[in-house]
Amino acid sequence: MPAVANNLYQEAQRAHEARLESIAAEEMIINMGPQHPSTHGVLRLQLITDGEIVKEVIPHLGYLHRCFEKHAESMNYGKTIPFTDRMDYLASMNNSHAFVMGVERMLGIDKQIPKRVEYIRVLVCELNRIASHLIAIGTYGIDIGAFTPFMWCFRDREHIMNMLEWASGSRMLYNYIWVGGLFYDLPVGFEERCIEFIRYFKPKLIELDELLTENQIFISRTANIGMLPADVAINYGCSGPMLRASGIKWDLRRADGYSVYPELEFDIPVGKGQAGRLGDCWDRFKVRVDEVRESVRIIEQCLALLTKELKRTADFDPRALVPKKVNLKAQDYYVRAENPKGELGFYFVTQEKTDIPKRVKARGPSFNNLSVLPELAKGVLIADLVAILGSIDIVLGEVDR
Amino acid sequence: METIARIRELLEAAFGLEIVIADEQSVLQPALTVAKEALPQVCLFLRDHQETYFDFLSCISAVDDGVTAGTFTVVYHLASIPYNQQLTLKVIVQNDRQLDNLPVIPTVSEVWRTAEWHEREAFDLVGIYFEGHRDLRRILLPDDWEGYPLRKDYKEAEAYHGIAIK
Repeated sequence: MPAVANNLYQEAQRAHEARLESIAAEEMIINMGPQHPSTHGVLRLQLITDGEIVKEVIPHLGYLHRCFEKHAESMNYGKTIPFTDRMDYLASMNNSHAFVMGVERMLGIDKQIPKRVEYIRVLVCELNRIASHLIAIGTYGIDIGAFTPFMWCFRDREHIMNMLEWASGSRMLYNYIWVGGLFYDLPVGFEERCIEFIRYFKPKLIELDELLTENQIFISRTANIGMLPADVAINYGCSGPMLRASGIKWDLRRADGYSVYPELEFDIPVGKGQAGRLGDCWDRFKVRVDEVRESVRIIEQCLALLTKELKRTADFDPRALVPKKVNLKAQDYYVRAENPKGELGFYFVTQEKTDIPKRVKARGPSFNNLSVLPELAKGVLIADLVAILGSIDIVLGEVDR
Repeated sequence: METIARIRELLEAAFGLEIVIADEQSVLQPALTVAKEALPQVCLFLRDHQETYFDFLSCISAVDDGVTAGTFTVVYHLASIPYNQQLTLKVIVQNDRQLDNLPVIPTVSEVWRTAEWHEREAFDLVGIYFEGHRDLRRILLPDDWEGYPLRKDYKEAEAYHGIAIK
């Protein structure tokens, strides 16, 4: 411990250690993670258990902390975009979209972005949303003990990965959406291939439903487990499918209406407690499955426009508005967007005469969604804890940043 | 649901004229700077008042204003789901940047549980002490890390437990 620091600052740490030392005779401390497959990355949970019952969960984060905020303070906005890709690495497009939107609004160019660019952004974001949800669905199956859905989801996700690689040159970390535009226009033939993919993917989604959503074993493991009441969800800052599964119709794509989302038709699926009670694990799973369907709808509308009214032209330059240097006056701005996992926010504090920000704070949805786990996991079975954790769908890259 | 001027009015009516120290209205995102002593009461008021209902705390960001400024700012981004409104609250606190004398701000984790982890993060990375927080441990960095990396005068450590990290 540092010699200078005030004793007060170690108080909580000491109280925590004292709590662990003073457990009752029938209690046992079990470490779950950081190398446990069902923690979906390097998350460490300290469980205080009484037999099979979890009495308390203490999450320990930071194993994947890569100093995003510190990095962002040392380089300009354009160079930070690849770092945002690495936050929620399953939805890189959505991350950079949010970041770029914030910078564009501060520059005041957000209304001038060409329609084709905006529709391409929404298209790739929704493709990425599907890919992210497919992982959530597939790995959730594997948490519960169903192996096949995992393979099927990864098979279908691979098509999306290939398409996005074709557009951006990279499989997972795209750096495709730039401040003021895009890295490149879509490659010739992308729209057609995407239409083909959607035609292939729709029946697969029905298959997946039959295999998992209505599977009796799956329902028994997830329904009536880990109910999250709406008021608790809001109070803990849960967002995205997590909040919607508790019955709150809150989607920033609609609430804020950013990009071209107001021009697109889609519904916001909410949990209804069909299999058990409102806000249980099954509801969270079901909301994700339904969101994949809505994303497919959005993609179809984008493709219809991108192949007709907003067709590519020889003189179209997606980099036309990309600024050589992001010149901002000193200001601060908080931008939020709907990621597959929930509300992703960036808070910028800019400074005069330099394109390096003074402070960038990232608000990861997984970070907030995970913070409700100790509340959800009080008094559940250890096996149910795995089901609850899986239903939160965290990405540790974003929890730890 | 009214504008930021209305929120200021409501706050001044409930807490007196000194509660709002400054407001930024002509900027992209209007913000209110409030007195730090009454922060939890202000937050509770904004959360539960029928004209505001800021039930959702999006984010808490701690900002080091620079070595010469002598202040730290903590920024609260509130959202109201029923009214679809956003509000930025700022608290500015003077500090001499000594590591055994961190800036102190009352916690709002009793108002929104979101604040619990966000305040731990602000404590961990910027070194803000949130008074009344029930579990103010470091969250992202190791428990025995020295210093607060997002401070402008932070010097990177040469080694951690004898392991060179530079």
